[in-house]
Amino acid sequence: MAELQPIALTVNGEHHSLVVDTRTSLLDLLREHLGLTGSKKGCDHGQCGACTVLLDGRRANACLALAVAHDGADVVTVEGLDHPLQDAFVERDAFQCGYCTPGQLCSAVGMLDEAERWDERLDADYVRDRMSGNICRCGAYPNIVAAIEDVA
Amino acid sequence: MSVAPTRVVGTPADRLEGRDKVQGEATYAYEYEVEHVAYATPVVSTIAKGRIRSIDSSAALAADGVIAVLTWENAPKLPKAEGELAILQSPQVSYRGQIVGAVVAESYEAARHAELLVRFEYDVEEHDVELRADHPTLYKPGKVNPEFPTDTEEGDVERALEEAAHAIDETYTTPTEHNNAMEPHATIAIWDGPSLTLYDSNQGAHAHRETFAKTFDMPPEQVRVIARHVGGGFGSKGTPRPHAVLAALAARHVERPVKLAVTRQQMFTLTGYRTPTIQRLRLGCDERGMLTAIAHDVVEQTSTVDEFAEQTAVVTRMLYASPNRRTTHRLARLDVPTPSWMRAPGECPGMYALESAMDELAIAAGIDPIELRIRNDPEIDPESGNRFSTRNLVACLREGADRFGWKPGSRRNGRTLAGLGVAASTYPARRRPSQAHARRNGDGTFTMRVGAVDIGTGARTVLAQIAADELAVELDRIHIEIGDSAFGSAPVAGGSAGASSWGTAVVRACRLLRAGDEDEVHVDTSDSADAEEPLAKHGFGAIFVEAHVDVDTAEVRVARALGVFGVGRILNPKTARSQLIGGMTMGIGMALMEETRVDGRLGAFVDQDLAMYHVPVNADVLDVDATWIDEDDPHINPMGAKGIGEIGIVGTAAAVANAVHDATGVRVRDLPITPDKLVGRI
Repeated sequence: MAELQPIALTVNGEHHSLVVDTRTSLLDLLREHLGLTGSKKGCDHGQCGACTVLLDGRRANACLALAVAHDGADVVTVEGLDHPLQDAFVERDAFQCGYCTPGQLCSAVGMLDEAERWDERLDADYVRDRMSGNICRCGAYPNIVAAIEDVA
Repeated sequence: MSVAPTRVVGTPADRLEGRDKVQGEATYAYEYEVEHVAYATPVVSTIAKGRIRSIDSSAALAADGVIAVLTWENAPKLPKAEGELAILQSPQVSYRGQIVGAVVAESYEAARHAELLVRFEYDVEEHDVELRADHPTLYKPGKVNPEFPTDTEEGDVERALEEAAHAIDETYTTPTEHNNAMEPHATIAIWDGPSLTLYDSNQGAHAHRETFAKTFDMPPEQVRVIARHVGGGFGSKGTPRPHAVLAALAARHVERPVKLAVTRQQMFTLTGYRTPTIQRLRLGCDERGMLTAIAHDVVEQTSTVDEFAEQTAVVTRMLYASPNRRTTHRLARLDVPTPSWMRAPGECPGMYALESAMDELAIAAGIDPIELRIRNDPEIDPESGNRFSTRNLVACLREGADRFGWKPGSRRNGRTLAGLGVAASTYPARRRPSQAHARRNGDGTFTMRVGAVDIGTGARTVLAQIAADELAVELDRIHIEIGDSAFGSAPVAGGSAGASSWGTAVVRACRLLRAGDEDEVHVDTSDSADAEEPLAKHGFGAIFVEAHVDVDTAEVRVARALGVFGVGRILNPKTARSQLIGGMTMGIGMALMEETRVDGRLGAFVDQDLAMYHVPVNADVLDVDATWIDEDDPHINPMGAKGIGEIGIVGTAAAVANAVHDATGVRVRDLPITPDKLVGRI
């Protein structure tokens, strides 16, 4: 039985009020209700990272978040990013098919923020570890690390 | 003949769609906005073999938002559908996870919920899903993919092995592997009267159009397939998959557009996989290491639905010469989904076995493994007797040995054992017929239309680079449109033949445009594809790996990997390097972690998601690099290029296995090399 619930959230600085099925994930809300298809569905189980967004400033798998549990949240998706990392990804060819890229970018932005907040030294090993929640089947990892190091 | 100098080709241009991809603006199949669209979800079988006795859809139909439930009892009939695509046409179940129904609903959530409410009763039959070397159903297929003889035999292998100074006789196995592209296969199907439009995640718009037209018994002109951005394929999107037929069936049934994406779990049974293989390799050589016998006998599987005969031993017919040579392929028919294309089908598992065996022979003969390969490098293709268009395996081995610092021998550093491994790589260099359309826009720009699909290879970018050179303009003067069956027919992005095939058509179209007065030209290269001199055309490479093995946990890490390739002219060094290191990365996965295990009792794949089926993540890839030697091969296409999509994966698993042996003295002949196979032995 579908239950509906009203929620309000801010996505990429824009305020949205809508009524959603309580079963709707934040990812499906973005993709199917708000037309923000930049965040990708790769596994729907929090195993691949393609859906990574910044949820209240922290990186999170949007497929594992129920939309109604995030009433009042502030969400930033790839469409809302304006970060030098995006240019670095293009220059370093840090993707091929591009399907994991929005998640890689949001995850990397979140990771850079974590490193700064926790005052951690950001070297290649650190980046590889902290970016291992975002799978790239095309195998662009060395280029992803290089792009992140370019802007870090 | 040599290839003309270039200006834009050969430069590391950024991907043309790069900005779109980093801004989330590249639109993939499931993401097109379509009015009044309904959501469909497959219902799949929970048994491996049997017949559907009864179906109860009432609870599903009563659920909120459900529009329809399709099963074989009410689905539109498809008398022309074949093999895996003949879904919902009979009560027969041929493998676990097969499509037996669909729910169509107003929302994704409603469809997924109702999927659980459709009740099937089955008459269950005994199944068999486990490949064995002595399987009773083993048979000799009529050919192996795509058109190779099943077996070959020259000379007297048995006698040569008896008389060999050194010989090895070992069996290697590779498990079921899944492509696992990041974008799950997805389709939006829209009927407009008799016409069907599909936004579909695939590797070939025209190949899909043809198969859909046949499956739905309609003229190809009434089918349009659009695939502008595709989130990887690695072969799994090369031929139409059953879910796409389901989307079109559902759309016809409910008379609305329907969108459907398979789940990651469903991808394991609905979108193809690499067959497991059991490969017996026998090699013999004389005192100097010259091969006197090569025998490669392969056992692999197909399904009861269709025949897929992977060409695993075909590569052994051309890589090294020997007066006595034999290759065979046998298939077991199991109650499983039909195997399909996965990156370098045939070459990849076959070369794992052959190049592991060469390493074992080198050790048996006391010859350096690079030297053994150099001594046995043939002048001509041993199989056909034809000359090679170019063959630079030896140059790749030498260059790689120099760059990598080839000095094998186990070294211990604390609790880590380190060793080096090498393997050859090769992949056919092909070209297929293609059409292309070129238009002069009158403002200094040009528009190229090619039915190509860019699954992440950089096809869009290199085709524009080729056009820019041919038209003598800057790259930003070229508009390129791809991924649409409304354009002239073009071959699939597969077999490492995309850029070669489409690029040739682009060259022809541009030259025709420049030569004439017309502002628009259309070319078709199918007239010239067959009229070529008989040459053996292949790319070659050498893969070098340094493996580190923890003596306590037996965990293997690839500390360094380098590929050196002889693959003709490189059209774009930036995107080429990405493809090559991407292939090598998948090869590291194959060597160390990728495996889909089978449960014989349930008749099911045990690993059905990315938590169970491990692929390399960022932390697994420490130092992987690729480079190439200067090579100019004018015999394949006017660009002088060879395909590079697959050669990166081909030798990598053997190089890793050989490095693990060098480090530990333990030879693992059953992939993947997981710690359980080493622990207690080092």
